[in-house]
Amino acid sequence: MSAATHAQDHAHHDDHAHHPTGIKRWLFTTNHKDIGTMYLWFSLAMFFTGGVMALLIRAELFQPGLQFVNPEFFNSLTTVHGLVMVFGAIMPAWVGFANWLIPMQVGAADMAFPRMNNWSFWLVVPAAILLVASFFVPGGAAASGWTLYPPLIIQQGISIDMTILAVHILGASSIMGSINIITTILNLRAPGMTLMKMPLFVWTWLITAYLLIAVMPVLAGAVTMLLTDRHFGTSFFNAAGGGDPTMFMHIFWFFGHPEVYIMILPAFGVVSAIIPAFARKPLFGYASMVYATASIAILSFIVWGHHMFTVGMPAAGQLFFMYATMLIAVPTGVKVFNWIATMWQGSMTFETPMLFSIGFICLFTIGGFSGLVLAITPVDITLHNTYYVVAHFHYVLVSGALFSIFAGIYFWLPKFTGKMYSEKLGKLHFWLSVIGFNIAFFPQHFLGLAGMPRRIPDYALQFAEWNMWSSIGAFIFGFSQLLFLYNVIECIRSNRKAADNPWEGADTLEWTHLPSPAPYHSFETAPVVK
Amino acid sequence: MGLDMIRKTIRNAAPAVAALVMGATANAAYDVDILPPASPIAQQIYDLHWAIMWVCIVIFVVVFGAMFYSIFKHRKSAGAKAAHFHENTTVEVIWTVIPFLILVGMAYPATKTVLEMKDASNPDLTIKVTAYQWAWEYDYLQDGVKFNSLLATPRAQIEEWQKKGEAKNPDYLLEVDNPMVVPVGKKVRLLVTANDVIHGWYVPQLGINQYGIPGFVKDTWFKADKAGTYRGQCSQICGKEHGYMPIVVVAKAPEDYAKWVKEQQAKNPQAAAPQQVAAAAPVAAVAEDPSRKWTADELKAAGEKVYAANCVACHQATGKGMPPAFPALDGSKVATGAKGPQIALVLNGKQGTAMASFSRLTDAELAAVITYTRTAWGNKAGEVQPSEVKAARKG
Repeated sequence: MSAATHAQDHAHHDDHAHHPTGIKRWLFTTNHKDIGTMYLWFSLAMFFTGGVMALLIRAELFQPGLQFVNPEFFNSLTTVHGLVMVFGAIMPAWVGFANWLIPMQVGAADMAFPRMNNWSFWLVVPAAILLVASFFVPGGAAASGWTLYPPLIIQQGISIDMTILAVHILGASSIMGSINIITTILNLRAPGMTLMKMPLFVWTWLITAYLLIAVMPVLAGAVTMLLTDRHFGTSFFNAAGGGDPTMFMHIFWFFGHPEVYIMILPAFGVVSAIIPAFARKPLFGYASMVYATASIAILSFIVWGHHMFTVGMPAAGQLFFMYATMLIAVPTGVKVFNWIATMWQGSMTFETPMLFSIGFICLFTIGGFSGLVLAITPVDITLHNTYYVVAHFHYVLVSGALFSIFAGIYFWLPKFTGKMYSEKLGKLHFWLSVIGFNIAFFPQHFLGLAGMPRRIPDYALQFAEWNMWSSIGAFIFGFSQLLFLYNVIECIRSNRKAADNPWEGADTLEWTHLPSPAPYHSFETAPVVK
Repeated sequence: MGLDMIRKTIRNAAPAVAALVMGATANAAYDVDILPPASPIAQQIYDLHWAIMWVCIVIFVVVFGAMFYSIFKHRKSAGAKAAHFHENTTVEVIWTVIPFLILVGMAYPATKTVLEMKDASNPDLTIKVTAYQWAWEYDYLQDGVKFNSLLATPRAQIEEWQKKGEAKNPDYLLEVDNPMVVPVGKKVRLLVTANDVIHGWYVPQLGINQYGIPGFVKDTWFKADKAGTYRGQCSQICGKEHGYMPIVVVAKAPEDYAKWVKEQQAKNPQAAAPQQVAAAAPVAAVAEDPSRKWTADELKAAGEKVYAANCVACHQATGKGMPPAFPALDGSKVATGAKGPQIALVLNGKQGTAMASFSRLTDAELAAVITYTRTAWGNKAGEVQPSEVKAARKG
């Protein structure tokens, strides 16, 4: 998409042809659109990397017994699949959207700190290389689950140090990105663009950026303590030296739960842009959407204990975390109701972005419901670390975050590239994804209810049937994503020119004030928002 | 995507779905529910789960009923014109308050269960559960019975990398050599801890899932309603063999339980002594007297069994290990060098590696397995006597 964008730019803006070309353009770029593009391609590459690991996992779990991988490698696969998808695929995809869209949606010329923006991106690449390369060092990649719990993680070799370093670098990148986003939103808005007029995507990212700044240092602290426990004789998490393994869980999940919302809040923003556009009706309850997002973000700091109900915390702790967790259902429910009220009495059409958004609402809500089931402490205790949990967070992160990323890509591709994607192939991608996804993950609820633990390479015979279905679904889902790659490339290379605003109902600045594709430099003179 | 196409899709999919559902009901392996509860807490969990499930199902049907009604009714192709309303405070308040009230209604019974689960006071029986990589040790504190519980599924049924595995047992991966035995209807308190990394003692039908955390002891409890065998697994990833440390609890009538305790005590008179753990089944019969001098053949024969139960997962039957994480024993300096360092290594484990301490095994078992590693494959070092292990333990 980038090359096409670039070529188109020249037609619009001959006077801005002074930036470097070839590889140097990408290495040294400070342009928010270039950086956004790089983030998105990077994220797609990591999505396929993590996807290959997922398919290896599902191949091994197709039937009982060990057919393809040994248990140690299996553990590495589950661990690195999680890390790559969270830190390599979902988060960078959202930063890519933020880079592309936030300046255009608030009427700014670029991000507030363009050079730092470049640095933020080029940090994630070595981090990803460290993560993936850790498979090839003695002892194999981290095999402790993505939560990196000690003491298990202390037992492993140099791959753990690589993973820790990768997490540090990614954290630094995220913090810089967040500072950039917050500063852009707070300082570079066009005249008349008050906070309560900002598109919801901007709002959700503003709140997400604050979450990132709050919790990334906490994760960095946790992994630094792991590092010193491993190499410098400290005992933060070693009972023999006066430490406590449970403390790591507390610190990790104090990061880990807000992290979940870091991945899902921008999704709320994207869906809140798409549903009104295709319902041809303004978003219902804009203000309550903003307040609900903020409430979810604040509550996300006081629910971490629900990840560790089985450590044996006191009843008071279990009850507090149960109540706080249940409370999150209220603002989340408000959001779903608002989306449906937006659709109500609209004049809907169902292009690919809308299909993915509706898929998002239905399936994310199933993930929300299973979250509510898991919030009930006694029920959680019997489902903790089973496949029920695996099903739950894949409904939230795949049919939640990932589906809305697809929705957003199809929605903004015309603006990014100036070309229209193929509607037929887009819909095919949606239906294959939604069917494959549900075959893969719905049966995992049943496996969890029947007591199948997660992160095991082999299982008892009563789990065989649903696992077989789950693997079949996973392969359908996985291979369908090649169609997405094809769709994007086909779109870029096609000659279906997109209109400046191909969507009847889209009304944010990038659609109303800018041509398609968006010029390399946009809003050098700020628009006036009434 | 037009309506027609959706209709067509549904029409084509319907027979397949129906066949799937019928297949599901015909085959018991397509379980879709929590396993039948076997303790009062598990029963409450079961009921709570269905209560919250019904709440979710009803909300889902109402909310998505409205959405799909809107999708079919308010579509441009059906001639719908967009309305322009975009807020309504009354509606917003209603759909904030109603879910809140539903949640309060759910929180009440859940709170009662939480408080009951946490009340481990006045037990009839206390068992200390210690998790190892990768075995469970059960210590009946009042009765002086203590033993290890290991996976009983033969590796030939598991490993299928080269060739199809042997036919799998009905309880494949959920069977152990020595199950935990408890009396029916008695309150059993568990003190759960771990020796090396975090593990999870998880038996769904008894409503228990409790982490064992090295250096800390956490308690929980259950009361089995009726006699039976309840199976579970380690729930927290604990390394390579995480998937291979099952839990089996056999609940017996109190008089049968008393008989079982007698048998165990008779089998292992030293059980009361803290370091003398009752042996895993294969060597239990020869585990009595640590001062007796064993013949090399006796040691080797017993050692091979201990090796198969405890060591083979990492160091492999061939003794070649899986380097670099799990070193070879065949030809290794440790297994062919002086006895002292090898005894110490097996007793204490090696910090920073997956080599755990095996001090939970008896002197005889340790002597046997060390002898085995020193004499099997190409190794030609000498035997180790139980008395030497005993001496090393003291030092």
